Amino acid sequence: MAKEEQDKILDEVTQSDYKYGFSSDIDTDSIAKGLNEDVIRLISSKKNEPEFMLEFRLNAYRHWLTLKMPEWAHLDIPPIDYQEIIFYAAPVQKAKLESMDDVDPEIRATFDKLGIPLDEQKLLSNVAVDVVMDSSSVKTTFKEVLAEKGIIFCSFSDAVQDHPDLIQKYMGSVVSYRDNFFAALNSAVFSDGSFVYIPKGVRCPMELSTYFRINAENTGQFERTLIVCEDESYVSYLEGCTAPMRDENQLHAAIVEIIVKDNSEVKYSTVQNWYPGNKEGLGGIYNFVTKRGICEGVNSKLMWAQVETGSAVTWKYPSSILKGDGSSSEFYSVAVTNHHQQADTGTKMIHIGNNTKSTIISKGISAGKSNNSYRGLVKVVKNCEGARNFSQCDSLLLGDKCGAHTYPYLEVHNKSAKVEHEATTSKIGEDQIFYCNQRGISTEDAIGLIVNGYAKEVINKMPMEFAVEAQKLLAISLEGSVG
Amino acid sequence: MSIDTINNDFLDLFKQGKSLLDDKSSKFMNTKREEAFEQFKKLGVPTLANENYKYTNLVPVFDHPYTVDLQYRTVMGDLNKLFYCDVPELDTNLVLLSNGWYYNQNRKLDIPEGVIVCSLQEAAEKHSEIFEKHYGKYAKPNEEGLVALNTALAKDGIFIYVPKNVVVEKPIQVINLLRSDRDLMATQRNLVVVEENAQVKLIFCDHTLTEHKYLSNTVSEINVAKNAIFDLYTIQNQHLNAAILNSVFIRQEANSNVLSNILSLYGGIIRNNHYTIFDGEHCENNTYGMYLMDRNQHVDNFTFADHAKPNCVSNEHFKGVMGDEATAAFTGKIHVRRDAQKTEAYQRNNNLLLSNDAVINTKPQLVIDADDVKCSHGATVGQMDDDALFYLRARGIHEEEARMMLMFAFAHEIIEKIRIDALKDRIDELVEKRLRGKISKCSTCAIACHQ
Repeated sequence: MAKEEQDKILDEVTQSDYKYGFSSDIDTDSIAKGLNEDVIRLISSKKNEPEFMLEFRLNAYRHWLTLKMPEWAHLDIPPIDYQEIIFYAAPVQKAKLESMDDVDPEIRATFDKLGIPLDEQKLLSNVAVDVVMDSSSVKTTFKEVLAEKGIIFCSFSDAVQDHPDLIQKYMGSVVSYRDNFFAALNSAVFSDGSFVYIPKGVRCPMELSTYFRINAENTGQFERTLIVCEDESYVSYLEGCTAPMRDENQLHAAIVEIIVKDNSEVKYSTVQNWYPGNKEGLGGIYNFVTKRGICEGVNSKLMWAQVETGSAVTWKYPSSILKGDGSSSEFYSVAVTNHHQQADTGTKMIHIGNNTKSTIISKGISAGKSNNSYRGLVKVVKNCEGARNFSQCDSLLLGDKCGAHTYPYLEVHNKSAKVEHEATTSKIGEDQIFYCNQRGISTEDAIGLIVNGYAKEVINKMPMEFAVEAQKLLAISLEGSVG
Repeated sequence: MSIDTINNDFLDLFKQGKSLLDDKSSKFMNTKREEAFEQFKKLGVPTLANENYKYTNLVPVFDHPYTVDLQYRTVMGDLNKLFYCDVPELDTNLVLLSNGWYYNQNRKLDIPEGVIVCSLQEAAEKHSEIFEKHYGKYAKPNEEGLVALNTALAKDGIFIYVPKNVVVEKPIQVINLLRSDRDLMATQRNLVVVEENAQVKLIFCDHTLTEHKYLSNTVSEINVAKNAIFDLYTIQNQHLNAAILNSVFIRQEANSNVLSNILSLYGGIIRNNHYTIFDGEHCENNTYGMYLMDRNQHVDNFTFADHAKPNCVSNEHFKGVMGDEATAAFTGKIHVRRDAQKTEAYQRNNNLLLSNDAVINTKPQLVIDADDVKCSHGATVGQMDDDALFYLRARGIHEEEARMMLMFAFAHEIIEKIRIDALKDRIDELVEKRLRGKISKCSTCAIACHQ
């Protein structure tokens, strides 16, 4: 095929617009920009938090002051001025939501546009949703149905009020505020998030979902998710994110903590579609996320599935600590970068318990002038017998200005471990395109087909609703690309 | 001692020994020395904080009162009499170095006319045109603290020049003997220039002759011109008190073919830095490595294949067996630069762990900025295949013997890549002995280096 034609198709494909880029006109209660101890005290008092929360925040803040922004990632990030960011912004709403009618119509309109069902009555899909806009939770659906089974699914702020004992016990137990720069920042200023508690022996009857939306200008979003699964329980949790198109970069630093006990299973799926910036790389979200789960109990299971298509910069490594004997973890990821996007993402699998298993499947797709890196660690400690890991990291390059990088770390301290890693980098083969062309499939469709097939292994692991959305996202950004 | 004290000691040594260092070295070398010294001031000895040295802590290695010879010091005895590698079937041109210094010997080398094999000092004076064209051009003192230190302290080493269209049939074997009456830090600097269409095979061997503690910091720069074929075999076989830091920088021009084989059989601490840059199209590079470590030995192989030009092929395969409390690390970096289209780069690292106290850290990396490439890497850590073991046991082979056979087969994949038959047989023999826990030296060797 002629080079120009290839370029044309590639252009068309990679120029498709970000369709969630609108912003909504909602009254926002935000505080002055900047960060100091007073701001943290203000956030804490606004949320009417108990003493231990304030202490936790202040400790985190003081620790954060001693840290420097990490520079090891394959990312080019201009310095961030933390005094120019508004650390708390929440849509103004009535004191307590009694029914759907109490939700600000603008907010409802916003989420209607995004296709997020806030309205339980009209709901077709069987998904309970917690919606977080800017810094605070707007609405949690299906709360009562879940409560019958003893499941707690609410915003983090509500959980702090209603279940302070659980929060105090588990918050920071997986990701300590000392963990890293962004974890410390989040621990100091986080405003809301979701809390999930599944009691012993309960299988959560529906998928739980949180939808994150940044709306206000100049703000940062800092949310925290905490999932606790008691013995013999199960939950599937979904997370989605979008943001309006703005010229300045906005900061998002989140923490996710998951605790999985004996014989329990957690599935955590993410479709991350923060605004990626425009074609020249202006604007977009800086996405710095610390996600970690601990498989504490025997035979516990944790699965991460993520589709990363948004954000100007992604810095994210969902990790699993396999502590319980026989526990296992899987990580499935598709990361797509385009234009000037940069992604440095991967996972950590720490094998501690005997006979622990982990699987890592990572698919990177780079186009435009973007850079896409996989960075992962598989560690088998000395007393861990019979650990097994398989990792596969493939990269697909669409265009000659982008980069795909792989940085796996394998640290094995026990002879009974079996650890395998493989990675390949390639472009779409001309023979594959030719094969499709011969059968009457246009080049553009053929590429869509091939990319979809390439990502299928990961998308198949996602819950249905998400898989559909993920597939659409992939189609938007990649269909028709030829290397 | 902290890392700062170590670095400051070197800075003091350099300032105080400046006149001794400059003496007998060419002006060109001394200019490079000055520059490197400034670089070392900034870089220092690499620490664990340096990502490339994450798994090798050099602080305890350097933390010892070594003697550093700034001038050639005569060692007792005549090395020519003391050392003879009496291998009739391995017919090589033998060149001796003593603690990194070229050793004047009475042997006549069987090399074609025009080929130069001499000391670095001599080359800097007598062959200054070639020397200055290449010296300090490929090693990176601005990135690597050890290279800066080497360039600042380097006085001697070996210089090899193979002119255009010349084929050196007989391999050149360079044996560096570490032999001292006190604990010693040796600095060796080698320069190999292979001109267009030339061919040469080079074997580097390291031996420790006395029981003293050694630290050897070697840098070799190698330029392989168009259509040239170059083989490099590095055989590392020292005692447990030796730390070998070996950095090799290879630059390949168009259509050149390089084979590099690093065989680490024994040694306290071994660190290999292996850099290859493809500075012309259609180059081929095969880099292989094998490490057999037990006791508390440590080996760290760091390789970097820099695909700067299109249409090159690189292939890398490292295999290791770790027993007892041995630790090993492997870092393989492949960088395909923006316009290096049609690159093919492959990399593999396989490890066998024989004990729970042994550790392997492996880090294969791909950094790819061009789209029309075929790149892959794979790394495995595991044990012997139970089925294979059962197969052998079912045929009446004793378990220990069966394990030995499998380990040997595992290592043989690397050995069979050697392109000198006699050397291949010799290494086979050494490896088998090594795996059986015997002293791994040639049966005919007169040196008792492992006692």
